[in-house]
Amino acid sequence: MTAQTPRSGPVPLGQSAETSRPAPKPPKGRNPLERREARLAWGLLLPTVAAVTLVVVLPLIAIFWISVKPVGLADLRPPVPVVSEDLRGRPEAVGDEATLRYRLRNSSQDQVISGVVLTDTLPEGLEIGEIDPRCALDGLEMTCDLGDFEGGHRETIEIPVTIGQAFADAGMELPDSPPGLTGRASNVLTSGNFTFENFARIFDGAEFWSVLWVTLVYTVFGTIGALVFGLFAALLLDKSFRGQGVLRGLYLFPYVAPVIAVAFTWIILFDPFSGSANALLIQMGVTNEAINFFGQRPLALIMVILFEVWRYFPLSFLFILARMQSIDTDMYEAADMDGASPFQQFWYLSMPQLLGILSVLFLLRFIWTFNKFDDIFLLTGGNAGTRTLTVNVYEQAFAVSNIGAGAAVAVVIFACLLVFSFLFFRFISQEEGL
Amino acid sequence: MSMFRHGYVAGPLLGLLWALVIATTTAVVFSFATGGAYRPGGVGAGLLGAGLGALAVAMPRLAGPVGLILGALLAVTPVAAVVTGPDVALWTALLVGGVAGAAIGWPIASMMQGCRPGPLTRHEFEAAVIRFLTGFGYIFFTAIVAIPFYVMVMTSLKNQSELIQNPLDFSIDLSKGWGLFRSYAELFGQFNFGSYLWTSFLVSVLTVIITLIFAIPGAYAVARLRFAGRAAISRSILLIYMVPMIVLALPIYIAFSMLGLRNSIFGIVLIYPVTTIPVALYMLQGYFRGLPAEIEEAGLMDGLSRLKVIWQITLPLSMPALASVSLYVFMIAWNEFLLAFMLLDDPSKFTLTRGIAALNSSEIPRQHLMAGSVIATVPILALFLGLERFMTKGLTAGSVKG
Repeated sequence: MTAQTPRSGPVPLGQSAETSRPAPKPPKGRNPLERREARLAWGLLLPTVAAVTLVVVLPLIAIFWISVKPVGLADLRPPVPVVSEDLRGRPEAVGDEATLRYRLRNSSQDQVISGVVLTDTLPEGLEIGEIDPRCALDGLEMTCDLGDFEGGHRETIEIPVTIGQAFADAGMELPDSPPGLTGRASNVLTSGNFTFENFARIFDGAEFWSVLWVTLVYTVFGTIGALVFGLFAALLLDKSFRGQGVLRGLYLFPYVAPVIAVAFTWIILFDPFSGSANALLIQMGVTNEAINFFGQRPLALIMVILFEVWRYFPLSFLFILARMQSIDTDMYEAADMDGASPFQQFWYLSMPQLLGILSVLFLLRFIWTFNKFDDIFLLTGGNAGTRTLTVNVYEQAFAVSNIGAGAAVAVVIFACLLVFSFLFFRFISQEEGL
Repeated sequence: MSMFRHGYVAGPLLGLLWALVIATTTAVVFSFATGGAYRPGGVGAGLLGAGLGALAVAMPRLAGPVGLILGALLAVTPVAAVVTGPDVALWTALLVGGVAGAAIGWPIASMMQGCRPGPLTRHEFEAAVIRFLTGFGYIFFTAIVAIPFYVMVMTSLKNQSELIQNPLDFSIDLSKGWGLFRSYAELFGQFNFGSYLWTSFLVSVLTVIITLIFAIPGAYAVARLRFAGRAAISRSILLIYMVPMIVLALPIYIAFSMLGLRNSIFGIVLIYPVTTIPVALYMLQGYFRGLPAEIEEAGLMDGLSRLKVIWQITLPLSMPALASVSLYVFMIAWNEFLLAFMLLDDPSKFTLTRGIAALNSSEIPRQHLMAGSVIATVPILALFLGLERFMTKGLTAGSVKG
């Protein structure tokens, strides 16, 4: 038992059980303690794994499924038969003739509902006349077998009745029990109906390639810009002075504030008609007429890149600053003695040490900028040459109401993501602890 | 490069550049503060800066006072550093000129510190350039961060006609008293923002709690326990962390439509934690790994079960990490926009971000939009400033997400 204890508990860092104790042979298979530990670990992880599977893995599978389905926004509600019931003829006294009318229709304009069956309990005190041949009456229970409804089909069933005493006593009103109606409709999401039209549609034409190009430009420049500005800001704050904490807090504002708030602020600031930025530029003589910052190519793309840089430089700055503050200062003193100039010190001493964190940040930010949706959606809505892949998902699914095409774009994004993550795990080791 | 390394070349050159920076800054600051017409005078600022730069090399002590006086005097001439419009009062013009001159003079003197009138060594020259860049950096970053937030707050305090009349005028008419906050009163009164605020708060807090309940055991298992598949789990956490929300939002939207969970706070509370669990788990497991395992082993030896060890030893030790993670998760939930936008249509169930999105229509004046933005921004910034230490740590610990 004692020989096994170190294997069951956490092994102290740096030394393993094997080196401290000359164990003759490692035990084969897994001993009971290890099995217990593994069981406990999976038990602890189970809620997370279950939740993540439900909300991440299943939707991912669903995206692949939907992407090969001809499904639009309207198909999300499956077709159902609809019925309304009323009493016509304005009966006023016992013995009056009236008509009990059921109006039925198919809620979908193009899909078939098969095996429609109408059931209803007729109110008491009505003398039923001749009923429709498709209906059968059993006491007060009426069942009508109406067969299949084509898309957009409408139907009316009329039953002549004569008012009896009991019905007149009840106030000449139909009771509040709605008639029952059932029918089978095929749901396009679960049917065996597949198509590659979604992919054909999104890859078709120049639009897709321009979207891909915009995405790449946005991602590359947004990422590099945020890194460069972050590096600059980190260099500024890498010395202690009064107010350093305040400035550091202030510089994080763009990242911490809700994206919707800052995006709308930018829109108002750069508004072509009454924005302060335009007023300022005109007053300073930079331009003669108002510039439509978010409405013309290629300025809109430059603006959304600037927004991305503005919003995410704080993040790079935090990471780079943390790394800088862990660099040994002795080295700089030595370099100073050797006559290295400040720029040489930065280039030959600081940069090599920052290269690790910079490349990690670059890859991660690259992936995240690639995935970014909110910023562009809020700033331009994907207009004026700023439609990236992520905005295109929304655009296809909700603006064009073609869920299938939106899912196809999402599949393309996911494929790109897989490539990026492969690169990430391939080239980024755990050294930076990220 | 060597031709620049001379006191009388570097001084005026840096002075010129610095003067342009300061003139622009002063013009923008005064425009935004008073709404008057100010613009940087290129030639005037350049000449003043070059002169002061040369003076800073020759007689460093004089640069500041001379800048102040000269700046004020030149303000009324055509070669002013900051050109003022005709509607600006004389004393304001003098003040602006003086401020600009002083803000050029003193800093340039300290930038050129240690630079002789003659040739400079590379070290001296680069030190001066770096001091210039540092000064520029502070002004630049402070401006780009502060201006949008300043505009946000000030716009929310104005009314439509004032905004159209002069978009640059952000001065506040204090005589209006509480009338300044009319937009806020209308948002809380007519637009139901009080309830949005409460919904957002409730959703965020619930998200934090649920996330922690899920992430703590999971992070502990990944960090401490040994089992087959540990490396795979650890990697898939990172991988899931990278799946874009918009890809998941589509199926979630469909599923929620079918299950009738759209338009319900319950649905939102169901979905938010799942987006934050991987992040929280990743951040926490990093922290758990850093804790000494010996303490936990001691607990195990003394007869505690694993779960008791987590509860009585690990958790109390990781309070700072829990605070960071909670803050970070709170921030994500509070700022979340996409899911709220897609899943909530009923105005009685909006979160704050969804409420602001609903304000973005041509019928609603934009001071309301900005007031809404301020309402959403202030709580999270206040929380952040109050607990900045935790937040900074939390952000660096694992939030590469955005």
